[in-house]
Amino acid sequence: MNKFNIKNLNIWFGQIHSLKDVSIDVAANQILSIIGPANSGKTTFLRMLNRLNELHSNFKMQGEVIFENKHIQKMDVELVRKKVGMVFAMPSPLPLSIFDNVVYGLRMSAIKDKKNLFESAEKALKQAYLWEEVKDRLKESAFKLSGGQQQRLCIARTLAVGPEVVLFDEPCSGLDPISTAKVEEAMLELKKEYTIVLVTNNVKQAARVGDKTAFFLSGELIEIDKTDKIFTAPSDKRTDDYLRGKFG
Amino acid sequence: MKNSKRDQKIAFALLLAATLLVVIPVGLIVLIIIQKGLPAINWQFLTDVPRQGMRAGGIFPAIIGTIYLVGGAIVFALPIGLMAAIYLSEYSRDNFLTRIIKLAIVNLAGVPSVVYGLFGLALFVIFFKFGASILSGSLTLGIMILPIIITTSREALESVPYTFREVSLSLGASKWQTIRHIVLPNAVSGILTGTILGLGRAAGETAPILFTVAAFYLPQLPSSIFDQAMALPYHLYVISTQVPNVDEKVRYGTALVLLVLVLFMNLVAIVIRYKFRKMKRW
Repeated sequence: MNKFNIKNLNIWFGQIHSLKDVSIDVAANQILSIIGPANSGKTTFLRMLNRLNELHSNFKMQGEVIFENKHIQKMDVELVRKKVGMVFAMPSPLPLSIFDNVVYGLRMSAIKDKKNLFESAEKALKQAYLWEEVKDRLKESAFKLSGGQQQRLCIARTLAVGPEVVLFDEPCSGLDPISTAKVEEAMLELKKEYTIVLVTNNVKQAARVGDKTAFFLSGELIEIDKTDKIFTAPSDKRTDDYLRGKFG
Repeated sequence: MKNSKRDQKIAFALLLAATLLVVIPVGLIVLIIIQKGLPAINWQFLTDVPRQGMRAGGIFPAIIGTIYLVGGAIVFALPIGLMAAIYLSEYSRDNFLTRIIKLAIVNLAGVPSVVYGLFGLALFVIFFKFGASILSGSLTLGIMILPIIITTSREALESVPYTFREVSLSLGASKWQTIRHIVLPNAVSGILTGTILGLGRAAGETAPILFTVAAFYLPQLPSSIFDQAMALPYHLYVISTQVPNVDEKVRYGTALVLLVLVLFMNLVAIVIRYKFRKMKRW
């Protein structure tokens, strides 16, 4: 079953043609890794899936992004973002307490019941492997956490809203190897319940966690296949060159 | 090498001299006002009405009048200015028209205050028939400080990191929820700075209230917003230039009260701002 069907997607920011005729299906309960050098359009693609691109005033698109048989441009934008959550590249806690960060999305959905909020926060923090580290200090500022903890807090915050898809935009680019391992562990556990799209600069990370891997170059999708296949026998020479580090 | 060292010394001396040139007059003004005005300050001076053709008695009506005027100006200008600032920084698109509007608002802050006075006379006193009243004066002062409040509030809103907005929106919050729960709480201290500047300006200006509210001599307190009122800056002008033989200490005492009043209002705002700034954690 597919969560997303993307057909002939083109995106422009002003004069810049950022994404060129991309068609991808995103399968449910899998991790799709997207790799490619800088400016290859992978983040633009990711931000299309929960409609963050349109925050830029000169954004223009063509093509279709179908989410569960519905055109996402025709859905309520807040609903799209609740169903398709995003974890950003840099840890980005809001200037609130740890607890208030986790339940922010729920509060914005008008959920006020304290017991309900607390249970959701606990569940989400456990899913992000952070509960044991913060359960005694939920009222402290989120900025007191370390970078790796902050990033897992951001994952918990995204999960608390109850999404179906979680988008990760280079979630480990600012983290040390141990924190990275924890985030990857969380991702592998999460795919049982969620569909995950992961943009990463770290090719090895894509190899470790991805069920499928897509390679983007200059706004084009070069190829998408099972991760094993991409890493052992890519069908396009450019993929092979990139994976061997001939450019990057 | 020698030259560069000498240049450095000269530059340092010039910069220091310029700073002293700024600090010394300000310090002197405050000192002289305190020195000459303090002897006039007593309970009667602060709580009594002016007597003997304003040569004796107190300045209570002028103090009350200024408080009313400044309060009225803030009540009018802060909500409107803040809403306009939110619209300009959060909702309006960046195009030629909005850039013109923003430029115009910045420039309005530099319009001479007497022009605002004339505008207030034409619009509020005559056209809306409010007469010379606290209402007209407050609205005129409010319009005068609107550009200050809008500009500083806009800067405060725009200094809230863009990431916060993006994160909030990505969690399914609406644009208004994002502004209400994330942007505004983090911009409060900057908005209060604008309000402080506006307060000081409104309390000190004479020209805008000259035609719209200020009474030359009015020994009783205003009973409604449609009454005229005395105000400290205008009273100071009157006893300094229009009434002969006013004791010097009465004049300086009035100036001292005006100064302390403005400083006190600023202090309140600074304390509030400090409280909010402590909550800022990024």
